[in-house]
Amino acid sequence: MSIERVWVLAEAGEAGPVSSVLELLTKARSMAPVVEAIAWGPASSSHASVLGSYGAGAVYDVGDLGDALPGVPVSAAIAGLIEAGERPDVILVPATYDGRDVAGRLSARLDRPVVTNVVDLEVEGDEVRSKHGIFGGAQVATACLTAERPWIFVVRAKSFSAEDAGGPPAEVRQASLGESVAASIARTNAAKVLARHAEERSGPKLDEATVVVSGGRGLGSGESYAMIEELAKLLDGAPGASRAIVDAGWVPYAYQVGQTGKTVKPTVYIACGISGATQHLVGMKGSKNIVAINKDQDAPIFSVADLGIVGDVHKVLPKLIEALKARS
Amino acid sequence: MNVVVCAKQIPDPSSPQSLDPETGFLVREGKLILDDSDAYGVEMGLRLAEESGGGEVTLVSMAPGGEVSGLRTALAMGAAKAILVSDDALKGSDALSTAKVLAKAVERANPDLVIAATESTDGYTGTMPVQMAELLGMPSVTFAKKVTVEGDKVRVERQTEAGYDEVECTLPVVVTVTAGVVEPRYPSFKGIMAAKSKPVDQLSIADLGFEPSEVGAAGARQQVTSVVDAESRQAGEVVVDEGDAHERVLAFLEQIKVI
Repeated sequence: MSIERVWVLAEAGEAGPVSSVLELLTKARSMAPVVEAIAWGPASSSHASVLGSYGAGAVYDVGDLGDALPGVPVSAAIAGLIEAGERPDVILVPATYDGRDVAGRLSARLDRPVVTNVVDLEVEGDEVRSKHGIFGGAQVATACLTAERPWIFVVRAKSFSAEDAGGPPAEVRQASLGESVAASIARTNAAKVLARHAEERSGPKLDEATVVVSGGRGLGSGESYAMIEELAKLLDGAPGASRAIVDAGWVPYAYQVGQTGKTVKPTVYIACGISGATQHLVGMKGSKNIVAINKDQDAPIFSVADLGIVGDVHKVLPKLIEALKARS
Repeated sequence: MNVVVCAKQIPDPSSPQSLDPETGFLVREGKLILDDSDAYGVEMGLRLAEESGGGEVTLVSMAPGGEVSGLRTALAMGAAKAILVSDDALKGSDALSTAKVLAKAVERANPDLVIAATESTDGYTGTMPVQMAELLGMPSVTFAKKVTVEGDKVRVERQTEAGYDEVECTLPVVVTVTAGVVEPRYPSFKGIMAAKSKPVDQLSIADLGFEPSEVGAAGARQQVTSVVDAESRQAGEVVVDEGDAHERVLAFLEQIKVI
């Protein structure tokens, strides 16, 4: 049975579908003749034109979820569509906070495995081969599902490039939860969002910035992270961090680059006091250029750096910051 | 309050890992340790149980060969007891099979709150806790960076793309915690000694009502067809700082037209 129909979980923020969704729609176009999206949220139907433009023929609109988290109601809506006779062969899910919740719930609900950390997909006849970075990206495994369809894949950001196909607006189909489904999930859907907080952050987003300056344990203390922020600002970039200093509580989890955090592919990635554990490398080694500053000349980060500086970040960074200030 | 913490025992991440070339499964040999990611969950569980007055923490784990060394670390931190599911038939289990097995084990502890890491350090699929929540019929709040319990409700600050959401949920609930949510305590000598005699209830899959065909490689319904080394980057120039390395960085940034 060939691959005929691919669904893409179309998570959206205030500015419309997140960039991973556009990447997945672009990929889905090359996988199957029918591409459709699943959307939710207060403005979900307004995304039909951009979703259509990137290749979705139709969008199933789950509607406004109010104060619920998406995991339970969106997975219930997708399961409902499948129970009603819709037959997607593949469901592509962006590896976002909510995407993983939906994928996990859906997997358990449908009793289908879910394949995560996907970095590439290929249709071969009636099969889909997925590629995964394992051991922090040191090796790539190719896997193939033997379970019944639909096959659920959670795909890492930036695995594919997004290309606008100039398609017409997607046809909007209602997929709101019926009363019986809503009642059946009353217990599991008990989590309520009381308030949403946007953290004030100036400058570009970490995963969209053309320059990323990241700090690690070599900074020595949380106070030294100010240098990272200052350098990032001077270069119109975004500050990032290794897992070690997130674990140490110096910066919030949202700053983390790596296997557990964000995948970044900036024009230049400047790693300061980061040794380069594989779990960090997987999130940044796709950067176009890498500059590393570290005291330890044997640090693994130097094996991926285009320019490596063996030196103390406390000596190199202040001079670099001063020099950049002098230029502006 | 009964708190269950899912505690994964993994090969030491600082030693090299590999896949079995025959089966494509992760090779798990030698001593296993408590996954660092779960140390945060254990600490959070202990604090919430202490704050609620009179609660205790039960660990739930799945590991080959009756492995308990990672669990002893968590017991030494202060967990009261552990349930360990160990069975040869579990080899090759995927996240969903693991969730099925752990859900059955978790039910036995009758928890008010289930805590897990957002993802393990070795497998990092990051879906197991939510799959388990669905199978338990429980709500879930993932990516918690702060957790408090008031009465029969849990209050969570949940990491989001933009910042964080304040989420409230009635118990029982599955919460996944991010690294750094709390500072895990070091086991005291007294704790380490006490841990040696704390109960570890070891169960087989038959004890939990599973057939071998439902779990392990048979239940995973996926095949690893090949494993290759990732494309490696070429290392570039490495310069030792003699006080003027910042100039090299500036020149490089100019060359790639960032400045």
